[in-house]
Amino acid sequence: MSLFLRNAGIEIDGRSLIRDVSLSVESERVTAVVGPNGSGKSTVLRLLAGLWEPTKGLAELNGQSLARLPRQAIARQVTFVPQDTRVDFAFTVRDVVAMGRYPHVGRFDSLGDADVEAVNAALSRADVAHLEDRFANELSGGERQRVLIARSLATEAGAILLDEPTASLDIDHSLETLELLQELASEGKAVAVALHDLNAVMRWADQVALMNEGRLEAFGAVGDVVRDDLIEPVFGVKVEHVRVASGNETLIFHRLQGPRADA
Amino acid sequence: MRANLSHLRRRLSATLGGGETWLSPALVVLPVVSALLAIAAVAGVAIGSTGVAWETVVRILAAKVLPTGWIEIGSVSEADQAIVWLIRAPRIIVAGLVGAALAVAGTQLQGIFRNPLAESSIIGVSQGAALGAVVAFIAGWTASSALWLPLAAFVGAFLALFAVYMIASRAGRAPVATLLLAGIALGAMITACSSLLISLSFVDWQVAGEIVFWIMGGLDSRTWTHVVICAPFVALGLLVAFWHSRDLDLMLLGEETATSLGADVERVRRAVLFAAALLTAAAVSVSGVVGFVGLVVPHAMRLVLGPSHRTLLAASALAGATFVIACDLLARTANPPSEIRLGVVTAAFGAPFFLYLLRQRRKEIGYF
Repeated sequence: MSLFLRNAGIEIDGRSLIRDVSLSVESERVTAVVGPNGSGKSTVLRLLAGLWEPTKGLAELNGQSLARLPRQAIARQVTFVPQDTRVDFAFTVRDVVAMGRYPHVGRFDSLGDADVEAVNAALSRADVAHLEDRFANELSGGERQRVLIARSLATEAGAILLDEPTASLDIDHSLETLELLQELASEGKAVAVALHDLNAVMRWADQVALMNEGRLEAFGAVGDVVRDDLIEPVFGVKVEHVRVASGNETLIFHRLQGPRADA
Repeated sequence: MRANLSHLRRRLSATLGGGETWLSPALVVLPVVSALLAIAAVAGVAIGSTGVAWETVVRILAAKVLPTGWIEIGSVSEADQAIVWLIRAPRIIVAGLVGAALAVAGTQLQGIFRNPLAESSIIGVSQGAALGAVVAFIAGWTASSALWLPLAAFVGAFLALFAVYMIASRAGRAPVATLLLAGIALGAMITACSSLLISLSFVDWQVAGEIVFWIMGGLDSRTWTHVVICAPFVALGLLVAFWHSRDLDLMLLGEETATSLGADVERVRRAVLFAAALLTAAAVSVSGVVGFVGLVVPHAMRLVLGPSHRTLLAASALAGATFVIACDLLARTANPPSEIRLGVVTAAFGAPFFLYLLRQRRKEIGYF
């Protein structure tokens, strides 16, 4: 399972969102997409998920252009967890997660035993099994986020793309989620995740795509991308390395004095 | 006392064994609504200026529907037979079709717009159908054939839909917000056109009176011709709606999520809008403007059944039919010998109920 962007760019209403981005998301790896707000992280994920079509270059799934694949075929192989977790209608949590099986069952078919099993597994893996009879619109933001992760797991797709999945999670659930992503990768899935927390990236990701103003600044192994000379100019901060008791290194960020570079 | 509909849903689900299947509350609700529909239909035929006994009604209907000879109705008077079969039965059937059409159109539109206030009138389709009918009246076409009115309503509805879609869409895509705004603006414009035409037509009191009456909605002197005119379109509209029930569920979660779960959002939206326009035009062409059905019925059903469209569409169709048949019965019998306009009755029940929902269910409905 591999997803590729080849010199991909997209323009909407004459405004370029990303330009000339080439990267790959592959099985058994967690690929983190990082960058400042508005740098194009979400756009990269949407192109990879086939939600948007690049206006330049290509987005590919296993060597085939996503634009030429039927929607349902993509849905079985690539799943996307959006940042906007709003659910306005009173679906039960189980209903929402069960929708992850829609790409697999016929239009009027009920879920089969295998489908129900996939839904149950997804519910417990994302730690929302105890919420299954609650209405999705009555949950907290963090609970909803985990429900949507469960829905993505229920698709059993080989690639899972997540847009800032930890943004509304508490510390424990965010760690749990990141651990889950690593676990999924070790089971052979291709995982791509937009993240803000560079320390989490260092700890959980295998490779990193660093976005800046719609361009891919760097792409490669974590150690090659999360480097002071790359991070500092892109985020406009000063990075301090602190070795903690466990022997691991933690990054601490300091604002540069004076006006921001982009101000 | 606060009757709590969504608690009813929870209780129903719990009694029926929890969340394993989506259909559980439906197993109770659909038969109940079907029974109510049957009762309303028979009552609608039995009650009126000339009363007909219930068993006579059932016998005449059975004799007409079942193969000849199965049921003997020789003993029933010709007059009763005519009242039941030629006057009231078609009227009740038209009422049922109108109710089902409007309720399902509303359900679908609320689904694709993710907005509980969406209804045929929101995207300008009702207004378009009404304008078409007004033109038919003023041009005098209605006098020459009963087919002109529905035809004009269809043309009006589709022109309105087409215009709204063209205004709202760019490069083959029409975002929901733009579509709603275009619909509201165009709807207002179309209504203004209708008002202008009506005000100009007041030189001829007869025509103007007819139009105003028609605009208020009503089912007086509907015949089997009207049934034949609207039934095929209602059937087609319902079919398209049911075909897309799963897509509508996905659309409720947002366009991106729907796409990522395999729905072709743009195609679904076009099909659903087409079906909604078809259903609305079919309803408007035989009943005039009957409001609130598309708003209130889906709401009530969603509270009891939840938002899953597979059951929601079916329940809305049945409950919509029941509601309009009951309202029509009231319209005929409340103030004899004259009739109250149907649109007045549906609004009189629908609007307060809707306000009640807004007040009480804000949180449970979840979308306010």
